[in-house]
Amino acid sequence: MNLPKAISTKRIVPGLLVLLLLLLAFSPLYATRYAVILLTSIFMFIVLTVSWTVFSGPTGYVSLAPAAFFGAGVYTSALLGFVLPLPAVILIGGLASSCLALVVGALTLRLRGIYFVMFTFGLVEFLLHFVLWWEVNITGTTGRVVPTVGNTVVYYLMLTVLLIVILAAYLIKHSRYGLALQSIGECEEAAAHTGVHVTALKITTFALSAFFMGAAGAIMATRWTYIDPRIAFNPVLSFLPVLMAIFGGTGQLYGPVIGAAIFTYLEEFLITRFPYYYMLIFGIIMVFAIMYLPEGLVGVTQKLWKRISRGKHADS
Amino acid sequence: MIVTLLDVLIAGLLMGGIYALIAVGLSLQYGVARVLNIAHGEFIMLGAFITWSLYTFFGIIPLVSLAVSSPLVFTIGFILYRILFARLRTSSPSVAAFEGKSMLACFGLLFMIQNIAILLWGAEMKGYSYLAFPVDIGGAKFAANRLITLGFAIVFGSVFYLLLARTRIGKAIRAAAQDPVAAGLMGVNISWVLALCFGLGAMMAGLGGTLVSMSYQIQPTMGLEYTMIALIVLVLGGLGSIPGSFIGGFLLGLVGSIVTYVQPGLALVAYYVIFMLLLLAKPTGLLGR
Repeated sequence: MNLPKAISTKRIVPGLLVLLLLLLAFSPLYATRYAVILLTSIFMFIVLTVSWTVFSGPTGYVSLAPAAFFGAGVYTSALLGFVLPLPAVILIGGLASSCLALVVGALTLRLRGIYFVMFTFGLVEFLLHFVLWWEVNITGTTGRVVPTVGNTVVYYLMLTVLLIVILAAYLIKHSRYGLALQSIGECEEAAAHTGVHVTALKITTFALSAFFMGAAGAIMATRWTYIDPRIAFNPVLSFLPVLMAIFGGTGQLYGPVIGAAIFTYLEEFLITRFPYYYMLIFGIIMVFAIMYLPEGLVGVTQKLWKRISRGKHADS
Repeated sequence: MIVTLLDVLIAGLLMGGIYALIAVGLSLQYGVARVLNIAHGEFIMLGAFITWSLYTFFGIIPLVSLAVSSPLVFTIGFILYRILFARLRTSSPSVAAFEGKSMLACFGLLFMIQNIAILLWGAEMKGYSYLAFPVDIGGAKFAANRLITLGFAIVFGSVFYLLLARTRIGKAIRAAAQDPVAAGLMGVNISWVLALCFGLGAMMAGLGGTLVSMSYQIQPTMGLEYTMIALIVLVLGGLGSIPGSFIGGFLLGLVGSIVTYVQPGLALVAYYVIFMLLLLAKPTGLLGR
């Protein structure tokens, strides 16, 4: 009785994914301009959330640095946007963030728990205020103009990064590499004793996750046309990926994806419906999600599903 | 030259008083209640705006309105702990999990409080002038309200220290900080003490806010900067050490004043550099356990 069911789900899930991918790949052809822009935002947050989860999910090191890496990408785009072609800019943006993450990681990943959290958040604020001071006192400017490209181009670039990040997250999760990361999260000392190169692994993964955040930043900058340090290093961009990941549930790969998609849509919905109250409502939702969804949406759905299927078995 | 030096030093102490006060509040919330309150600055902002409203609309001077704003902010903090953090604490499997979750919940609170404030008071900068006449100290001139601010910060800090060191409630708080489980077994009502600590921490922030509003412009989004400063002072003094937070506050105030004198606009950057170097070199801080 179980066998045919297992086969059918094995076919249905990839089938649905391919269908979804096709829908997304051609959406600029049939969807409204607004939908394309909204989807780009959703993709951006999925990239940030999934890449955050790649490192912080299994290891348990809560990084509040996404805004720093994102901002490094944004600034790369602003500095090199008029000189180099866009794909090169995106690549360099990602690499710049990776380099930053390598330095930061090498310095800080021996800090545990709350100290690591505080350091990473301090990094965002430090970069923000340093660049602000630099622009006012050294270059004498505030803000920069970024060359723009069409909405559709931004959309496809973000979709590409999104697919790569999901593929990378999937490959890491189902490899020895992912298992080693998981072991660091469970007991770092034991992992080191069983032959895991703890420090090297943590730093590389941290840099990898920063790469995607930087790439996302480099792409988004072209949509904003004008950037300044407060836009590039917005601390909210450090917190949202964490909340989205927790909202969705970090146990499964699709948890952060769903969390980011729903949260971003919710934010957009609230902005358009309740422009004056949306941050307030958003805050309330955040607090409720943390209180009542400890394992995220995915965890709750799995529990519900188990209860339903158990009920069915009891009937038969 | 000497006057300039004195100028810089006293300015640092004046700023440091406020830093010390708000850091002691955060120290209580994190050191005892284990809530890394990212919304700490919002309570400072609330204290500042309550004081501003009472002064602007009813002409109640800030030093009197403390009697209204402190209990109010304390109650908000106390209730928040009882309905939000107490529940998170019982549902979290470990202290580390609770710390992570409560910090994120605080971020939600930050959004809520900040936006309620924007709805109530609008997003513009506000300020009032109270005791703004100059006072001469050894050739350097300071506004009287800043000197009062320093005096009050020291008084509040000392009263609070005595409360912790000399009273029964203080003993219960210290016990809860050392080992909540053991303290509970010895008959300390832990959930009540932790709520009290969170409330007191919020109250210190509110007091800090009143003092801030006397000398600086205020706006609903001012909180995060003060939260970060309180956090830096907390690490500088050593997590969980009340005297450490006090000393750290004055130290950071001095550093800020010196840096501002050398290169205005770089004070915050200097704070973060200190913060990050400190976390790398000596994360336990000056007087850490």
